[in-house]
Amino acid sequence: MGIGTSVLLKMNAEKVLEALGVTAEVQAADISKAKREGHEADIILTTPELVYQLENMPGKIVPIDHVFDLIEIREKLSAALS
Amino acid sequence: MALLVNEALGEGAILLQQRATSWRECFQLAGKALVTSNRVRDSYIQEMIDAFEELGPYMVIAPGIALAHARPSKSVLQTGLSLVTLSEPVVFGSVSNDPVRLVIGLAAVDHDSHIDLMAALSELLMDETKVNILLQADKEPEVRQTLS
Repeated sequence: MGIGTSVLLKMNAEKVLEALGVTAEVQAADISKAKREGHEADIILTTPELVYQLENMPGKIVPIDHVFDLIEIREKLSAALS
Repeated sequence: MALLVNEALGEGAILLQQRATSWRECFQLAGKALVTSNRVRDSYIQEMIDAFEELGPYMVIAPGIALAHARPSKSVLQTGLSLVTLSEPVVFGSVSNDPVRLVIGLAAVDHDSHIDLMAALSELLMDETKVNILLQADKEPEVRQTLS
C-alpha cells in the first residue's frame, strides 16, 4: 500500500538500516493503512505534513524532510533506535 | 536504471519550462501529460488534486521536487510517469522543500508492480547533476539523453 512517497521512503530507510546493520521489517503504507496498522510499528517514518495524522501511535514518529537524503534518514533513524 | 524512467515517460509525457502559478496548475500539467501519453484517464487529474487537498503538501518530497500522484484506481490505464519543469518556481506550502521546480506525475496500476521504476526514479532524483540538467533543459532530447 502506498505508491509514491512511502515507497521512496521505504527503499531509502532499508538502505540506511542495512548500512547500520539493523534487521527490520519495513512496510510502505499510505495514510489510511498507517492509521489502521501503524500501532504495530516501533518506528514510523513520515513526512512533516503528515505527523498530525499519526499523533496517537505508540511507536516513535520520525518526520523526514527530504526522502532522498540518506544522511538525514540515517541521523534520525539512529536517534530513534538508540 | 534510468532507462526505466525513460520508458515510463510516454510520448507527450515531458513538458519543459512551463508557466504555472499554483500547485493546482502544476498538477493539471502533470496530469494532462499523463493523459496525453495514454497512462491515465482525465479523472486521474482530479484524484491527484483531491489527494493533495486532503493531505497537504507531503508530496513535495525533496527540495524543489513534487511527486504528484493518487492511489491506483480505474482511472489508471498503465503505470507511467510524466515530467514537468517550471520556468518560475511555484510555492506548494511545503515546510521544508518549497518552492517547486520539478513535478513528476506518477500513475500506478497497483501497489507493487512499479517498485523497480521507483528505485530508478529515486536514483535519478538523488543525482543533483542530472536533476540540474533536467531543470535547465528546454528540449525533450536533452531530457531523454540524460535518462538514457
